[in-house]
Amino acid sequence: MKRRSFVAKSSLGGLVALLGVEIVFKELMPEGYTPVALQDSDPFKLFNKDKDMVVLNDKPWNIEAQAHLLDDKVTPNKSIFVRNNGLIPENIDVENWTLTIDGESVKQEKTYSLSELKSKFKHHTYQLTLECGGNGRSEFDPPAKGNQWTIGAVYCASWTGIRLRDVLEDVGIKDDAVYFGYHAADVHLSRDPTKEPISRGAPMSKALQDETILAFKMNGEDIPLAHGYPLRVIAGGWPASVSGKWLQRISIRNIVHDGTKMTGTAYRVPCKPVAPGEKVADEDMCIIESMPVKSLITYPKTGATLSKGKKLNIRGHAWAGELEVAKVEYSIDFGATWSSCILEKPANRLAWQHFSAAISFPQEGYYEVWAKATDSNGVSQPMLLPGWNPKGYLNNACHRIAVKIA
Amino acid sequence: MKKQNHDKLKRDFQELYRKTILACAVIGIGAIILVYLIVDPGLSALKTDVPQTELVSVPEDDDYDKIENGIHVRTGFIDAPGMMVTVQNCTNCHSAKLVMQNRMNEERWKSTIKWMQETQNLWDLGENEAVIINYLVTNYPPKKVGRRAVLTDIEWYQLEE
Repeated sequence: MKRRSFVAKSSLGGLVALLGVEIVFKELMPEGYTPVALQDSDPFKLFNKDKDMVVLNDKPWNIEAQAHLLDDKVTPNKSIFVRNNGLIPENIDVENWTLTIDGESVKQEKTYSLSELKSKFKHHTYQLTLECGGNGRSEFDPPAKGNQWTIGAVYCASWTGIRLRDVLEDVGIKDDAVYFGYHAADVHLSRDPTKEPISRGAPMSKALQDETILAFKMNGEDIPLAHGYPLRVIAGGWPASVSGKWLQRISIRNIVHDGTKMTGTAYRVPCKPVAPGEKVADEDMCIIESMPVKSLITYPKTGATLSKGKKLNIRGHAWAGELEVAKVEYSIDFGATWSSCILEKPANRLAWQHFSAAISFPQEGYYEVWAKATDSNGVSQPMLLPGWNPKGYLNNACHRIAVKIA
Repeated sequence: MKKQNHDKLKRDFQELYRKTILACAVIGIGAIILVYLIVDPGLSALKTDVPQTELVSVPEDDDYDKIENGIHVRTGFIDAPGMMVTVQNCTNCHSAKLVMQNRMNEERWKSTIKWMQETQNLWDLGENEAVIINYLVTNYPPKKVGRRAVLTDIEWYQLEE
C-alpha cells in the first residue's frame, strides 16, 4: 500500500501537518500504522476542510470554498481551496529535505537543507492573497476547459518564511537572470517520473520583492500537506500557480522559464482582445502576471431574508493583485446607483482588504447586493464577464448575493 | 444355573447397549449445538427481529459497474451508448468529475484529446475516439449562459442579527 509506505517513511511531523492536529499517544502508535484519518477517502477529513467546501475533482484533488466560508480576515485551513495539477507527494522526508538553487544564471549551484534555510536566513511573516488564475472559469461562455471554479479559489493566509531574495543573494546571481522557475515533489497524473505536473515561475522583479518568500509555516503552523508541506514559494497577487508547493529546486533562468504549464496556452490569455470562442494561436497568448482587482461578499451568506426596516450589515474582502484596493462600493439596484463601503488598509502589501457597509432597503422584495472594487490605478471590476479567453482565466466580474425583504 | 447366568449376561449387554446409545445421542446433540454456536454465536436465527437484508452480502465485483437511476455509480457518468468506453479510456489518470465539468463541442474535445496525447501520455484511442466524443457531446453539451447568468439554487433562510 502506497499510503502505508508514505506513513512509514515520513516523519510524525509530516503526519501532524497532514492531519492538522496533534496525534495524542503518537509514541504508542505501531510503526507503519496508518491512522484512521489517513485511510479515509473523505476529502473533508483527509484535508481537514469544512464540510461545505465543494469538490470539483477527486483525481487530482480540486476543492473550492463558498463565499461565506471565507469570512475570516485571515483564512483558516478549513476554508482554503485545494488545487492540484498532479498527485500530492507521498514520501515527504522532512529530515533530508533540501532546496537546490541552479540554472543558467546562478554563479554556482547551491543546496541547502531545510534546517539550514530556517537558521541561516531572517524570518518574515506576511498575509498574502493567493487566487487561482482560473477562479470564476465556470461563468465563461463558450465554456473554457479545465476545473470549473466558481468563486471560491481564493484566500489570504498568514505565511512565515524567508525571502527568496535573501537566498538568491547568498547563492550569487548573474546579471543575465530573467526568470525563476520552481521544481517540486508532486507526481505527474500518469505517474511518469520524467514528467513534471507543473513547473512555473515569475520574472526576477517578482522574485526580488520583499513579500516573495519561501514559506514553511501557514497561519503559524507547519504547512498542511495539501498546501505544500514542508516548503513552498509564496508570490502573492499573482496566479496561485506561481507559488509552487513541495519546493525542491529553483532554477534561475536566462530565458523566460519554459517548465510545464509555462508554455502553450497554460496560464496565458490572448495578448490582444478576442471575440468569444475565437481561436488563438499559441504565439498570441501572453503569460498572466498580476491578478486583476476583485472582491467577495463573505457575510451574509446568499439567500438571507430579513424583515422590512432592518439594516443589513455586509462585509467581505477585496484585493487587486500587485496593487492596493482604493475603494469598494455596493449596489442594490443592479448597478444603477453605487454607495461606498468602509474599506480597511491591507495588513501588509498584497494582503486582501476588508470592507463593510450597512444597507437600508426601500421596500419589500427581491434584491441582489453587488460589490465592486476599484484598484489604485482607477480600474474597477466589470459587472459582466470580462474579455473571453480560451482557458477561462481572470474572471473578476462583481460578486453578488441574493437578499429578500419580507 | 447356566441359563440364569446367560440371562444376566444378556441383560448386562442390553443395559450397556442402551447406555452407549444414550451417550452417543448426548454427545451428538452437544456437537450439533456446538457447531451451531460456532457458525452463529449470536443465535441470530432464533431471533425474529433481525432484518433479513442485513444478512445478505453481495460480492463487491457485482457492484463494480452498477447503474442506478441511469447513472454509472462508480464514476457518475450518464449511462448511454459509449459510456463504458469513456470510463475505460478517460478515468485512468483523472477523475470522471473533470470530464463531466467540461462542456465542449466535437472540435474542442478533439484538440483536448490531442493535447492529452502530446503532454499527458494518453494513448491512441483509435476507433474509440469518435465513440467517446459522441458520448460526451451528446450527454454533456455546452450550455449557453450568456454574459452573466441569473442566480439560481438560492437557499433562503431567515437572517437573525
